[in-house]
Amino acid sequence: MSTNEKILEVKNLKKYFPAGRGKVVKAVDNISFDIYKGETFGLVGESGSGKSTAGRTIIRLYDATEGEVLFKGNNVHAKLSKADQLKFNREMQMIFQDPSSSLNPRMTVMDIIAEGLDVHRLVKNEKERRERVEELLEAVGLNREHANRFPHEFSGGQRQRIGIARALAVEPELIICDEPISALDVSIQAQVVNLLKKLQKERGLTYLFIAHDLSMVKYISDRIGVMHLGHMVELADSDELYKNPIHPYTKSLLSAIPLPDPAYERNRVRQVYDPSQLDTSEEPEFREVRPRHWVRCTTKEFEQYKRELEGKE
Amino acid sequence: MSKLLEVKDLRISFNTYGGEVQAVRGVSFDLNKGETLAIVGESGSGKSVSTSAVMGLLPKSNTVVKSGEILYKGKDILKLSEKEMEKIRGKEISMVFQDPMSSLNPTMKVGNQIAEGLIKHQGLNKAQAKEKAIELLAKVGIPNPELRVNQYPHQFSGGMRQRVVIAIALACNPEIIIADEPTTALDVTIQAQILELMKEMQKETGSSIIFITHDLGVVANVADRVAVMYAGKIVEVGTVDDIFYNPKHPYTWGLLGSMPTLDDDESEELYTIPGTPPDLTNPPKGDAFAPRNKYALEIDTLYEPPMFKVSDTHYAATWLLHENAPKIEVPEAIKKRIESFAAKQGGNE
Repeated sequence: MSTNEKILEVKNLKKYFPAGRGKVVKAVDNISFDIYKGETFGLVGESGSGKSTAGRTIIRLYDATEGEVLFKGNNVHAKLSKADQLKFNREMQMIFQDPSSSLNPRMTVMDIIAEGLDVHRLVKNEKERRERVEELLEAVGLNREHANRFPHEFSGGQRQRIGIARALAVEPELIICDEPISALDVSIQAQVVNLLKKLQKERGLTYLFIAHDLSMVKYISDRIGVMHLGHMVELADSDELYKNPIHPYTKSLLSAIPLPDPAYERNRVRQVYDPSQLDTSEEPEFREVRPRHWVRCTTKEFEQYKRELEGKE
Repeated sequence: MSKLLEVKDLRISFNTYGGEVQAVRGVSFDLNKGETLAIVGESGSGKSVSTSAVMGLLPKSNTVVKSGEILYKGKDILKLSEKEMEKIRGKEISMVFQDPMSSLNPTMKVGNQIAEGLIKHQGLNKAQAKEKAIELLAKVGIPNPELRVNQYPHQFSGGMRQRVVIAIALACNPEIIIADEPTTALDVTIQAQILELMKEMQKETGSSIIFITHDLGVVANVADRVAVMYAGKIVEVGTVDDIFYNPKHPYTWGLLGSMPTLDDDESEELYTIPGTPPDLTNPPKGDAFAPRNKYALEIDTLYEPPMFKVSDTHYAATWLLHENAPKIEVPEAIKKRIESFAAKQGGNE
């Protein structure tokens, strides 16, 4: 479904946080990737890998330490005029992990969803506002009667639907989903994932999907980037990444996922990631080992990885 | 196999301002010596409440045990006094909690937290207990145990903290370990380490484990037998192979279907269960799952289904198994998945 048109380009993005006594935490350390219009780009990694910081820096909740984020060719982190900033805020939206802390408990669902409409002056009068909100509620599988209720009256899955409706209200092009399903029960997770996929098909949305649940990410994403300690260690089409993982960290991460298949589980061999096995003769760089498959490696490893991949489909 | 623990028709309610919440509505299960029983279910299905009752950990003020017994080695735990319970808790039945940050005391050295049970139950003195604590830390794979024993929980990472919690649970060689979502708060690679550790420890000590989780991948990894809970009841129970390769209850189908496998076709929708779990202050008449069940029969809205026997190890509570019920096939999506597992098995060997 994705096209060749780049909607987002992340170039050498760095985000450092001061950690006191002159120390810095390099939460995101020099990552680069592109997202094409209409695709779902999955960003996976363990806690502390910098995946959420990357997402938040892209939407400019944080200012970047260095590097560029180009959204439809314009630098997000440049000084923007008020009008441009407003336009950017409308075109890129975010869905948060915890649906109970990301909705204002004192606002009705109507006001939560319509806040964006008001800010961007997308509706002319009260009637239109109500209609728009009700339409959105139905699009995410809730009832129009829900508009007058408060967030605490809903279950976790329903709250996440409200969060999605709020993001959709201003008709964004790119939505950053930061662990949108981690806090939900399994059966509800599947409902929300199906909803996100349906909305993408209907509205041609682009997603940056951040998560640590690798099987869900594989299911929803077209391409996946694996982050580890602030670096992007591997990036490939999702099938390619799962079939031919090449970086030792990716291999260990994939071999650690338990699958709902007892026979497979009995024979699963976990690979342990040992950073001391990596080549340290030079600073590793992000290189393309085969078309569309990128790995962070040194020249020596680059040759080795390429040999490893030869002959594989 | 001998039965170590028998739970019979357990019913537990909580009195709240909103009325009586029937959290557990007639749960029965056995635990055999040396096995791992996984209890799966969504939040609010009563899995933690049932096992907290086994530990005697339910708040006295608002809990009402309406009926049932929990027989541990033939004795009913529910009838024991708090004094008698203290002799079992931590010594014969111990617990590993979900969040290692909140289940450890932040103001106490980890060594002392491990030693607490040893001093109380095994009558060791302080020096002996500390030595044993060091031994236990080494056993659960913590490097430098001599140094670590004198440190506080905040000096440990999440995975390391969970190892400490496991060391505490193991300290008195318990017969039963209840693990309540022990890996839910951890990263996948750490989760894999903790699961491996628990299995290793079980092999060594021969203890039985009740493993509570909602992650079916973890269940497939650790369990010998599985009990699926929904709305305060066990709806299906069987060996791990029964549940994953021959599921009979529509709720189990839904649970299995809502987890994508790595070789799923992404263009297809996930098989989901519509709606949300029922409110247990006012549980529906008949089968509680009926409103979300597209295979529901008319009888589901009238009478609760009993446990039907599928095989000696496998039982499920759904009217679909009644001889007069229409024959319903396992949904296509689930069938395809089980077949793909079988195919992979063939391919691997």
